[in-house]
Amino acid sequence: MPLVSKHLLGLQGVAKEDIELILDTAKTFREVLERPIKRVPTLQGKTIVNLFYEDSTRTRISFELAEKRLSADTVNFSLSNSSVKKGESLKDTVKNIEAMKIDMVIIRHSAAGTPLYLTKICNATIINAGDGAHEHPTQALLDMYSIREKIGRIDGLKICIVGDIAHSRVALSNIFGLKIMGAKVSVCGPATMIPRQIEELGVDVINNIDEAIQENDILNILRIQLERKAGESLPSLREYAKYFGITKERLEKNGKNILILHPGPINRGVEISSEVADGSDQIILNQVTNGVAVRMAVLYLLGTLN
Amino acid sequence: MDESTKVADKQGLNRILTRISHEILEKNRGSNNIVLIGMRTRGEFLAKRILAIIKRIDNVELPLGILDVTLYRDDFRTSLKQPEVSVSDISFDINEKDVILIDDVLYTGRTVRSALNALMDYGRPSSIQLCILIDRGHRELPIRADYVGKNIPTSQNQEIKVKMEEIDGEDAIYIIEV
Repeated sequence: MPLVSKHLLGLQGVAKEDIELILDTAKTFREVLERPIKRVPTLQGKTIVNLFYEDSTRTRISFELAEKRLSADTVNFSLSNSSVKKGESLKDTVKNIEAMKIDMVIIRHSAAGTPLYLTKICNATIINAGDGAHEHPTQALLDMYSIREKIGRIDGLKICIVGDIAHSRVALSNIFGLKIMGAKVSVCGPATMIPRQIEELGVDVINNIDEAIQENDILNILRIQLERKAGESLPSLREYAKYFGITKERLEKNGKNILILHPGPINRGVEISSEVADGSDQIILNQVTNGVAVRMAVLYLLGTLN
Repeated sequence: MDESTKVADKQGLNRILTRISHEILEKNRGSNNIVLIGMRTRGEFLAKRILAIIKRIDNVELPLGILDVTLYRDDFRTSLKQPEVSVSDISFDINEKDVILIDDVLYTGRTVRSALNALMDYGRPSSIQLCILIDRGHRELPIRADYVGKNIPTSQNQEIKVKMEEIDGEDAIYIIEV
């Protein structure tokens, strides 16, 4: 059963069967990652370009490892040492890279819609690795994989996304994906960080973090993105930490053992305390491992389509 | 339904597997260093049967692994249908072991080639021996089986269908004209 779509631009409107197929396929690759030789020959001869117009540690390394573990040839592009500095446009850059006979492009860009634009100007398979405040589908997929691994299902679970919802592509992809999979999704954060009309996506808004802890099975804690103007919506980081930071005391006060996800990088002591982040029952580093498996699944499913 | 001929029933299959189990033990001088690896899907169940028979004969429980070779196939570029992958499950060390690789039908040899590559990624066994229920000929690669249940010379427009109770509801081997 192949995926319906040739590209992975986002999770909005994706069929439930497709998400299930990706998550099930990821299980196979999770097993590959436990082998002494963590490499399979599946994408031999395919060339994949990692086109990162924005900084990234986890996502870029994760994609690159996923590609290498499927035996694809990979090329990395980063803004700082490219001809973009000489004024070359995105379109020209992509057209030139495509002329070098490549099969797939992994794109991260600060402008929402860039991946969609690329599907219109080139023939390669496009995978969105984060576009502006729009979507970050593989992150949401790996969050869902981690939830399934820990709890066994997604359907019927109550999940609250905490933090800067307005500027977060992780939040949007999670909302789309989790709702398709049958979860009940809510968001929690300072009013300045909750976009207006977010309810139209079918999510509840919770203003109080203690309430969010009590009413949910899972918290997905977003990073306060200082580079995305978080300062404009917050009086101070200390105030955010005081009212929305997840600490051990806060969890104990609510007497609840709740599953906590975080997409990284962590601002320790702001949205989450070190104690909670490094706690034994949390799965934050597990999420990173699962990220490679999920990306291998996506690359496999899209890369072997004829 | 296409025309089909039954070449073995439950009893027949049982006899074949009993003989093969004895051959495996004979050739390896006992079961000391043997591990069984069944290839999804039918090979897995054949391996479980052989495991049970060897347990009856020698009173040992051999390690049993399951191998899915989809990721190692060579027909991604030519086949129209995307194959579904499932998980391999080999939870023991195969280094320095005598691996008995088990599958239902040996045809072109390409699946076995994939399996050999896959096994090498798990370690360096001291030997790999191929155990096949039906050898139907038409090899495209230089591969032969060490243990053969039945040689059935077929033509290209015939198919061998091995049915097993665990998933097909009956134990039988059919030749099907297509």
